[in-house]
Amino acid sequence: MWVQIEKVVLEAKERTAKIPEDTLKCDYIMRLNGILIEGEAVKGNEVIIKTLTGRTITGTFKERLPEYGHDFGKPVEELLHIGPVHRKMLEEENNG
Amino acid sequence: MDKSYDAVMSRKNEIMKKAMGLDYSDFQINDMAFDYEKMMTKAGLPIDEIRKIQLSNKVGNTPLFELKNITRLVRKTSEKGKGARIFLKDEAANASGSFKARRASVSAYMAKKHGYKGIVAATSGNYGAAVASQAAIYNLGCIILQEVFDSRFKGQPEIIEKTRKCEAYGAEVIQLSVGPELFYCLLDVLEDTGYFNASLYTPFGIAGVETLGYELSMQCKDITGKFPENVVITHAGGGNLTGTARGIKKAGGNSKVIGASVDLHGLHMASDNDFNKKSFTTGHTGFGIPFATWPDRVDVPKNAARPLRYMEKYLTVSQVEVFFTTELLSQVEGMERGPAGNTSLAAAIALSRELPEDEIIVVQETEYTSAGKHPSAQLTFAKENGIDVKVGDPRDNVPGKNIIIPENISQLGYKEIPIDKLRKTYLKNIKKNYGYIDTKTKENVDFLTAELNINADRLAQLIQEVF
Repeated sequence: MWVQIEKVVLEAKERTAKIPEDTLKCDYIMRLNGILIEGEAVKGNEVIIKTLTGRTITGTFKERLPEYGHDFGKPVEELLHIGPVHRKMLEEENNG
Repeated sequence: MDKSYDAVMSRKNEIMKKAMGLDYSDFQINDMAFDYEKMMTKAGLPIDEIRKIQLSNKVGNTPLFELKNITRLVRKTSEKGKGARIFLKDEAANASGSFKARRASVSAYMAKKHGYKGIVAATSGNYGAAVASQAAIYNLGCIILQEVFDSRFKGQPEIIEKTRKCEAYGAEVIQLSVGPELFYCLLDVLEDTGYFNASLYTPFGIAGVETLGYELSMQCKDITGKFPENVVITHAGGGNLTGTARGIKKAGGNSKVIGASVDLHGLHMASDNDFNKKSFTTGHTGFGIPFATWPDRVDVPKNAARPLRYMEKYLTVSQVEVFFTTELLSQVEGMERGPAGNTSLAAAIALSRELPEDEIIVVQETEYTSAGKHPSAQLTFAKENGIDVKVGDPRDNVPGKNIIIPENISQLGYKEIPIDKLRKTYLKNIKKNYGYIDTKTKENVDFLTAELNINADRLAQLIQEVF
């Protein structure tokens, strides 16, 4: 089963790097995908996965088949004029 | 073994030495000065050899196209006799979809040659995909560490696309929240796996980019009968500019080396709040200026990417001008490409307007485009993050607040950051990091004049102006 786990790498209070205050308030979190090899696939459970390079890593189960979720978005009306305006300029040039 | 933050960070030097097979103390002259050229030859491979390695591993020999319609549009909106010819090097044609394949190729070759079982890179950009692609070709294990999401777990779409692409090439991707502690995770992984550190900033990586400058010079000469007068290079970490400039010299060219970045002033690179206000994840001033003025802020002791040695002009454009240019390239040149190369193309369009018709500008890269990278994805994302998108005068644009798309090509412009300003910041950083600037010895003067691409008199003047 291909799953995603989550781990807190550093709690907010453990962060000592020079970073802005808003970042300093947040835990430093890792997410990692792999094959579930130990533990029950229930949200919040501690489980072990085997990653694509064969490492075994322990973390909190997050989800099965993690989705990428990125897309092409919606058509952008504010870009629609660019083609017609410049093709017209090129056409005018051709016509002298 | 103690895996705490402080313990791992304190083992930094030994971890890095083992993970690269390079001892940087070989190049050190004194506290401050080091022998850059000696370090670059330590990459151990002449450019012809690198070209051979790249060509047999799906890297290089990308086409150089003339953008005839864009050049015509520039001339139509310029003073008579102005409008330099614009050419574009289609680096998206490399196996992984960007010029970063060149940078990854030499590292992967070295890792394989020296018996490493895998390679690691800390990068949220195209470089991850490039390393993963080369690792697939050489059958090496591959781990990519990326800064992907903010504290709300909202991922930057362009970086999620990189996660997908790396996994498509069989790499393990470690996704991290906002913060420089990525470096700690990198060290931890290198120590655990014994893999090769394919840092972006090794001599191997930069030597890999030299072929790009070499090729574009030769191709331009083949097509037009001369080397280009101007080469515009999207500038972030400095490797693209440094490698290309060195390659141009190796081809015998003397093109003016011009850097271009997206202006993102006001957005902090390590801020959780600002993270998702950037439509672009690289190629911007948030990297371009700090890396030019203090290259040794990276994951290796001495950065091989040292842009102030080569950069003759530094231009910035806005995100909107890049979106506009991306759309224009699709609509009038029939090429749909990603934002990285279109940053330098946007600057080249504005620059072309000032230059005579018989000059040539080469824009030296394109990158692939995709879900997450496309303007429609990025502008939809920007709107969702409360950024106001409209058509108007791009000069009213405020990074992180609004995106005003130009009506037509005549509104594209650039801002210039004087190189002397960057040189002065570099000198201040030298003083900040070493506590002094000593120009009594010849070796220090030689080092600093090479670092800043100026003569000794100018160095003395600049030092006097700064301190």
